[in-house]
This record gives sequence, C-alpha cells and structure tokens, in this order.
Amino acid sequence: MNNKIKRILPQFLTILFVVLVFGFFTINAQVNMDNRGIDFGFGFLSQEASFDMQFTLLDYDGQDSYLWAYVVALLNTLLVSFLGIIFCTILGVIIGIARLSQNFLIKNSAAWYVEFFRNIPLLLQIFFWYYAALRALPLPENAEPWFGVTYMTIKGYYIPSMIWENLNVFMSCLIATIVAIIFIRIYAKKIQEKEGKQLPVLYISLALITILPLLSFLIGGVTLDFEIPALKQLAQTSFIFEGGIALPPELIALVLALSLYTSTFVAECVRAGIQGISKGQKEAAASVGLTPNQILKLVVMPQALRIIIPPTTNQYLNLTKNSSLAAAIAYPDLVLVFAGTALMQTGKAIEIVGITMLTYLSISLAIAALMNWYNKRIEIKEK
Amino acid sequence: MFKHLKQLTSLFAMIAVLFAFTTEAMAKKSKTLKNTQKKGFVRCGVSQGLPGFSNADASGNWTGIDVDVCRAVAAAVLGDANKVKFTPLSAKERFTALTSGEIDVLARNTTWTLSRDADIGLTFVGVNFYDGQGFMVRKSSGITSVDQFKNGISACTNIGTTTELNMRDFFNSRGISYEPVAFEKADEVVAAYDAGRCDTYTTDKSGLAAQRTKMKNPDEHIVLPETISKEPLGPVVRQGDAVWEDIVRWSLNTMIEAEEYGITSSNADSMKTSDNPQIKRLVGAEGEMGAAFGLDNEWNLRIIKQVGNYGESYKRNIADTGILPDRGPNQLWTKGGILYVPPAR
Repeated sequence: MNNKIKRILPQFLTILFVVLVFGFFTINAQVNMDNRGIDFGFGFLSQEASFDMQFTLLDYDGQDSYLWAYVVALLNTLLVSFLGIIFCTILGVIIGIARLSQNFLIKNSAAWYVEFFRNIPLLLQIFFWYYAALRALPLPENAEPWFGVTYMTIKGYYIPSMIWENLNVFMSCLIATIVAIIFIRIYAKKIQEKEGKQLPVLYISLALITILPLLSFLIGGVTLDFEIPALKQLAQTSFIFEGGIALPPELIALVLALSLYTSTFVAECVRAGIQGISKGQKEAAASVGLTPNQILKLVVMPQALRIIIPPTTNQYLNLTKNSSLAAAIAYPDLVLVFAGTALMQTGKAIEIVGITMLTYLSISLAIAALMNWYNKRIEIKEK
Repeated sequence: MFKHLKQLTSLFAMIAVLFAFTTEAMAKKSKTLKNTQKKGFVRCGVSQGLPGFSNADASGNWTGIDVDVCRAVAAAVLGDANKVKFTPLSAKERFTALTSGEIDVLARNTTWTLSRDADIGLTFVGVNFYDGQGFMVRKSSGITSVDQFKNGISACTNIGTTTELNMRDFFNSRGISYEPVAFEKADEVVAAYDAGRCDTYTTDKSGLAAQRTKMKNPDEHIVLPETISKEPLGPVVRQGDAVWEDIVRWSLNTMIEAEEYGITSSNADSMKTSDNPQIKRLVGAEGEMGAAFGLDNEWNLRIIKQVGNYGESYKRNIADTGILPDRGPNQLWTKGGILYVPPAR
C-alpha cells in the first residue's frame, strides 16, 4: 500500500500542479480581460480583413476574411521555408563535402565560408542582403537584362511568365515520363542483382525526359509562349516592369539570408556524417576497385545519411522558425501579416498569438515527422 | 509520507510565488494613480523615434509634443515633469503594452478610431494633434498630385496602423492597382523608400514631414498636397480607471486652455493674482480643481510652469524644428484652428 502511494503520489502531484498552473493562467487572463473590457473569441476570423498584401501565392484581396489572410500568409511562410530548405541543403552538402576535399584551396574556402556565415547573427544578414543589396541594385529603367529576358531591379526580379496551351497534355506526358523512369530504375536494379550488369540509367532517364515532353509539343498540340516583362513608365523618373512574374526583393533577400546561414550548419552536419564513417570502409571500398565517386555514393553516403539526418532536421526546423524574421524586411509572412497587421486591427492578442504559436508548432512537428519517416527508411535494417 | 513533505512544501512555495507576482494584475480596479505615486514615475509609451512627437536625443532625453503630455501628467501627479519612464514601442506593440499594464499612458501619435476606442480595452482621452494621411514622392518624379498615380505604383508604409487601411481605401476607390510594402518599424520604411524600393511613402502628414528630415537629401522629396483621411492623434489610457483617465485628459486640456488664456511657463506664477477667475482656476489660485482627482490644488500650475502651454510645446517641438511651422488645424479655435477644450471649472 505504502509503495503504491509512493509511486502514484508524485505523478498525481505533478498533474495537479500542471492543471493548477494552466487553470490559474487561464482564469487570470480571463479576469484581466474582463476588467479591461476585452472579449475573447474567434469570431473575428470571418470579418473582412480590409488590408492588402504585397505578395501572395493565392488570390487575396482586402475584402477577404482574416481567415483567408491567415491562409495566404501561412503559404508565404511555407514558401520561404521550402525554398530555404532546398537551397540550404544543396549548398550545405556541397560545402560539407568541399570541407573534406584534398584540395587546399577548396577545403579552406569552404571552412572560411562556414565560419563567416555561421557567426554573424541572422537578422544582420537579412538586413545586409536586403538593404545593402537593395541599394546596389539598379532602378528598373537602368536595369540590364540577365539572360536576355529577366531583369534584376531594386523593385524585384522580373522573369517571363509562361502561357501554356494544352497544358494537361504536357503534364500527362511528364507524369508518364516519371513513371517510366521509376520502372526503368527498378528493372535496372533487378538486372544488376541478377547479372551484375549496370544499365546507364541516368542517360536513359535524361533521354526520356527530353524526348517525351518534346513529342507533346510536336504532335500533342502543346504550345508555350512567354510573356516577357516590359518597362512601363509611371512618372518622369519612376518605372516598373509589367507582364511576367515579379519576385519581390524581400523574398529574395530572405531566402538568400536563410539558406546561406543555415547551409553552414547543414555543411557541418554533412562533414560530421562523412567523417563518422570509419576509414576502413573507404579503404575496403577502394580495394575492390570502386572509384572515389562510387565510394562516396555507394558506401559512405548511405551510412553517413543516418548520422546526418537527425541534426539536419533540427536545422530545417530552425530555418522554418527563423523565417519569422521576415517581419523585419516587409516580406508578408505569418508573423508580419497575421501576428502583426491582423493583431493590430482586431486587438485579439491572445487569440492571434495563440493561433500563430500553434501554427509554427504544427509546421515544425510536420517537418520533424517527415524527416523521422525518412530516417526510418534509410536506417540499417537488421535482418 | 514525511519523505514527501519537502517536495510538497517546495511545490506550494512555487505556487505561492506565482500568485504573488500576479495579484497586482488581478486586483479588481487598477489603482494607476496610487501605483504611479508609489513607483515615483509615470510609465509612458512613446514612438521609436518620430521627430516632433517623441524622439530621443543622443543622451537619451526625450522631446516632442507626445512626450510633453506624459511630462504634464508627471508634473501633475508627482510634481516633477522629469519623472517619466519612456518605453519606445512599435505600432504593433503599443496597445498590448498598454492593456497588459506595462505602461500607463500611451502618447504615441495614435489615431482615435471607433474600433480602437470600443474594441480593444482602451480609452482615448483627447486629441493633441489633428493630422491626416498624405503621400511623399521624389521631386524628380514630376508627380505633384495623387491624380498622377498610375497602376503598379509601389507604396511603403508601416504595418499595424490605420495607414494600411486608408491606403487600400484610397487606391481601391480610384481603381489603381498598387504594391503595398509594409514594414514593422518607421526607420525601415524610410530606409527602403530612400533606397528607391517604393515610388511613394505614405503615413500621417506630420510623420512624413518629420521623417523627411531623416532622409539622405530631404530636399529631393515633397509631400503631396492631398490629405486622404482624418487622423486625430491623441493620448490613450487603459479602460477601467476613470480617475486616471480624467487626470490624463485634463492634463492635456490644461495645456491647451492655458494657451487660450495666455498663461505661459514664465508668467504662470504672476497669473495667480489675475482678475479673471478662469485664469485663477487654471493656476490653482481658486476653487478645488485637484480634489476630484486626489491631487493637490496646484497640479495644473505645475504643468504650465514645468511643461508650458500647448503653444509653447508646439513651437518648441514642431515649429522651431522645421517640421510643420504652420499650425494649420492645430491652432486655437479663437485663432481659426479647431483646438477647443471644455473649460476647467
């Protein structure tokens, strides 16, 4: 009996404590809000937002509700995080491998890169890329075209937009290609396991991915036109580009700063992962005649990934959360739009901050779940 | 059981500490005046730097007409206009800071609107500056009126202000498509506009005039003549403390009425022997004008002596600094403006 109490009592007290604390804060907030005449509720979400946003992926207008403004702002946050994660991974892997290069110059420049970008506060880097780079960029009227049809200006990066006809035919062709490539890969693996022959999968895939979509243009009736941005005069000295797609400088600066900063951490994870594989593995692989590239691809990386993935997941989560610094440079993300403008217009501080916190929590948990799943897939399967 | 006594006591101690920290916030009526007198300073929320309204110099001295409202309250309730603790706030933070009790007066060029007054748990006590939203453009653009704005124009502004909403109403009603670029801090707006990110910068006209002084070449920019909104700016207090609300309201009113009766910081003492009973009431020489607030009788005299009347404050902060030499609507009603306050009697 005494033992049972001993076991249960601390747990009971812990739960009681948690409930008390939560209850206390809830009641405290309620009492204070009552005293100050502030209502609690989520009814405001259906009200008209009546402010505009600079950059949206979906159609949004000030007449839409706060809820829609939330969705659109959330998508902007996800866009920055997604682009940031892609770029920081590519960059991080390259730099991480470069740090282990035999070449003195490559090795040291990679090390300098990591030390430099890792040790400057992210907010400063965002400001740097935004204000310094912004000032260095030309006004639209002075912009020289990049690659003939794109324009990098202080008001954004203007790229041609694509105007498709029979896009669905093209898409089906693309999907067919991808399915075909997957089958070829499975087949190639079988052949290799059976006969020890290696099929040139890469070349076959490349050929497929060019030929099939090309066919859709030739016989499928697919056409593609480009709308090229053209200079338009607004006033004597103020110009913009019209037509095409405009990527706002805020988005570019933010993605740049986030990926450069986070790539240094990813690079260190990659380096740690590769160095974590014992030398004997590489030597053994070399002794059976694998080339250095094959050693990296077939022996080192599959094992290193298991070391690399968990800490890299952390970096992805950091990047996502850091994207909230967007508020500093006017990129309309969740924090700027929802926890900023919407909070101000409605005065619903507790509700909005609560929703925002829950949202970031959900995004982080989703990324973590995805990475855990991937980690599970690549970990050693003991037979 | 005794083994757990220690754990139990520490648990209760933790809970007790938590309650102790928050009992103040839980009190039914916030006794702002009492707390202020106990602390020895007025907790005042101001902007993060808007010349003429609230701006700190290199040594941290705050000046501006918003700052003067807080100083007036300090002079009235504490007897010393310098006993103010200024908290710089962004547009986004300001109301939360006030409702959560971090500050007791918000004097931060804040527009009085119905939804703010009614929804958020705030009370506006008056207007210390009548303003309106305008646009700034580069002189070289050749734009001289908002009628020349064209589709695709980009406009820099602050988030969390009425500006964002007015801007939308304005462009929508004219059917102009525009790109809003909204920053959290005013300095960032100015930097981005100055760099050429936006074709126009929009905010309250007084703000435009003040921010223009911060630009690389102030002469290269002009404020367009049109005013697209009414922006009555004034001090705000928390809802639920009627006495504190009255103190702040009448501190501001005292400054304006003192100007009306010609009482200045230099002649206030001599006005005590004036023949005009209204003047005598304003310098505490007649009536019991402080008792209702729980203040002494010379609270208003101290405001006038230490801070000055509204005209002095305006001249010192806005006219002499070259921001808006012309008082426009912020002139007394007797001189063609719209400053008109109820009588202190």
